[in-house]
Amino acid sequence: MKKTFKGIYLLLIMLFLYLPIFTLMVLSFNGGKTMNAWVGFSLEWYEEMFNNRQIMEALWNTVTIAFWAATIATVVGVMACIGINFMKERHRSLLMGINNIPLLNADIVTGISLMLAFLLFGISLNYGTVLFAHITFCIPYVILSVMPKLKQLENHTYEAALDLGASPIYAFFKVVMPDIMPGIISGFLLSFTMSVDDFVITHFTRGAGINTLSTLIYSQVRVGIRPTLYALSTLIFVAVFVVLVIVNIIGNKKEERKDL
Amino acid sequence: MTKRFFSGPFLIFILCGTLIPLGVIAFYGITDRSGSFTFDNITAIATPEHREALFLALALAFISTVICLIIAFPLGLILKDSKLGKKGFMVFVFILPMWMNFLLRTMAWQVLLERNGIINQVLGFIGLPSLDIINTPAAVVLGMVYDYLPFMILPIYNALIKIDKHVIEAAYDLGASGIQVFRKVIVPLSVPGIVSGVTMVFVPSLTTFAVSNMLGGGKVNLIGNIIEQEFTASSNWNLGAGLSLVMMIFIVISMALIEKFDRNGEGNIL
Amino acid sequence: MALIELVDISKSFDGELVLDEFNLKIKENEFITLLGPSGCGKTTTLRILGGFETPDTGKVLFNGQDITGLAPNKRQINTVFQKYALFPHMSIADNIAFGLKISGKSKEYIRDKVKYALKLVNLSGYEKRSVDSLSGGQQQRIAIARAIVNEPRVLLLDEPLGALDLKLRQEMQYELIRLKNELGITFLYVTHDQEEALTMSDKVVVMNQGYIQQMGTPEEIYNEPENAFVADFIGDSNIVPGIMMEDRVVKICDHIFPCIDEGFGRKKPVDVVIRPEDIIIGNPGEGIIDGVVTSNVFIGVHYEMCIEAAGFEWLAQNTKSYPVGTKVSINVIPENIQIMNKPQSEDEEAMALDD
Repeated sequence: MKKTFKGIYLLLIMLFLYLPIFTLMVLSFNGGKTMNAWVGFSLEWYEEMFNNRQIMEALWNTVTIAFWAATIATVVGVMACIGINFMKERHRSLLMGINNIPLLNADIVTGISLMLAFLLFGISLNYGTVLFAHITFCIPYVILSVMPKLKQLENHTYEAALDLGASPIYAFFKVVMPDIMPGIISGFLLSFTMSVDDFVITHFTRGAGINTLSTLIYSQVRVGIRPTLYALSTLIFVAVFVVLVIVNIIGNKKEERKDL
Repeated sequence: MTKRFFSGPFLIFILCGTLIPLGVIAFYGITDRSGSFTFDNITAIATPEHREALFLALALAFISTVICLIIAFPLGLILKDSKLGKKGFMVFVFILPMWMNFLLRTMAWQVLLERNGIINQVLGFIGLPSLDIINTPAAVVLGMVYDYLPFMILPIYNALIKIDKHVIEAAYDLGASGIQVFRKVIVPLSVPGIVSGVTMVFVPSLTTFAVSNMLGGGKVNLIGNIIEQEFTASSNWNLGAGLSLVMMIFIVISMALIEKFDRNGEGNIL
Repeated sequence: MALIELVDISKSFDGELVLDEFNLKIKENEFITLLGPSGCGKTTTLRILGGFETPDTGKVLFNGQDITGLAPNKRQINTVFQKYALFPHMSIADNIAFGLKISGKSKEYIRDKVKYALKLVNLSGYEKRSVDSLSGGQQQRIAIARAIVNEPRVLLLDEPLGALDLKLRQEMQYELIRLKNELGITFLYVTHDQEEALTMSDKVVVMNQGYIQQMGTPEEIYNEPENAFVADFIGDSNIVPGIMMEDRVVKICDHIFPCIDEGFGRKKPVDVVIRPEDIIIGNPGEGIIDGVVTSNVFIGVHYEMCIEAAGFEWLAQNTKSYPVGTKVSINVIPENIQIMNKPQSEDEEAMALDD
């Protein structure tokens, strides 16, 4: 009885989270342009998508910005963690506090303040300003993912490596890196996801010239979103889903092997 | 030690990406177009239009946060008990949706909520009255809950799984009933998770303009909408910056109130 | 009458049988220890008593009443958990007062009781302290105080000293004995540490693979192990295959030893247990078997030596050192030879095997 109730509750939440997603997926195969009625199965939106330069450009921008933002944020963030670790307690907690600002601050304030700063210093809004903004809000995620792992790390393994004759750089890459790798990977993936999903900060820092998928969608909200974007989102969603499933299966296999 | 200098690039990003921009927005907020000092942009919050938008945003954000908390806590308990609560499953259920653009997902609610939409068809089929909430504050609340629920679930779940199973058993062992264990042990120990969950739902709900724009049909004006319009439609940046400062003050006040509950001060974001 | 009775308890996890038709009686005011290697079912037994697991079959009787299905919060039994399980968000006083507040005791009563309990565990004045500020040993004492203020009839202790260092562990052993005597309640103690079991208990239950191997006073368990598992698990010992020639005569490694055991039959294969400290080392020819010392380590009070003799490596302890290579003889007085039946079937073999 209790179990059934729990099951139903879980199911309802899942339904709540995934109902809109399924709706979009179904609509991406709808023949008509309207969102309200099912006209018939069709792949025309998928065809149109590949031929639509605007969409392809937005997709390219979204992916490259996410990739570079996540990569740069990861490098800067990991270096920052190492540096912070060697600081005095007072400086460390001050920096960790400032690190939290972009996370706790409202996106709209972050976006507007960056925009105003760019314009005040005569930097015109373009791809670069969006990338800079994304790096800024991704770094805190990397630091929050890596810092706990670095703290858990037995300091003596690094010292042991030095004792055995390793150079500090060699010791870092061979001893410290492998241990904090899970944190680095999750920081990177989190940054990538947040960057792809971001709308508000991009909205204010992008200028007129460029679009990401989010801003392209938002610009179409009033005139009506073309189902081509549903088709694209469906493809992205399915691709990510497949990758996650594969990663999970590999992960589980590895764990099973560990058990043996 | 030179190792501290590894933080150099990070400090540059903090300075250029966070601190200077915050200074700039403050500067715009307390100056007028000609650059002379004024408090007008701040006091502009008192005009009825702005005040109502702020209060509506506070009210809707509060309601959304409470709903998220009510939904997320039992879910966290269920996931804690079940074997499903493993990391892989959590990522699947709560991170995966983020890969479908949130604007599109929010738009999808329009389709679902429409007068002849799927939800009303289902409701009609089982003989329930139809749900006519599209373009109302209720729809905006639904959109907020939908968009930000994962940010409530994840920290609460993380706090709950950290509770030592033996501590709960010890409470039972000392005579506590199920409800007493919940009230005296589980809830107090999950406060850090609740605090960060509440923060992460309340702040974006309070400041959103996209959700209210899409599900409010232009009829629900929140403080976020007003500010956004100052930068896009009206182009009065000083006023927009001033209202942003006011909004930030309200965020800081709310967070201070929330933090008060976190006696241990161990709130963590992730 | 027994205070607690476990009747035919069986329990399996994921198809693995942890307890098999387990029976145990615990008397009032007894210090009883369940001793065995990890996975032997001792903790499961404790958890069934505490109410945290329900047995698949069988009954738990408390004072003659069936409490098998009773929730843990309804039992007159309290537990001291392995890793203390103190409430991290409460002060020491609130931790100890937890059970008393639940049962609705008056403020004055609670205050006095907390004070008394802290005094009992030698931590007077610690009321306001936080859990984090205490050492492991202190946390352990608080866990005990928190359990005993509720005046349980039985206190269950699940390897409570496991996380402490050696010195503290020994100190706590005496503390526990003192507490037990002051409180006059039943202690059921679970450990894998044989020394702990022998020092503190009135009665030791040696368990392996869900079965009771032997039950008795510490002296009985140590001096008269009933099978090879118990002999091996409790202290160091030489377990040698032998043949019972007739009553009071056993042949070990082709040498005849007089002993005091009777009733094993004639020409019957048996296991012989000889404790290392019972081996008498003499000059060659003086004892029953001659051999050579192959190793010698000083371990404090005495030397521990291995002696190769008649094809068997004997472990011997002696306060006199015999350097490696010395030719010696060994002898054992009849009273120190313990004869055990060889396991008969494969099932019994399994019972006798460690892990």
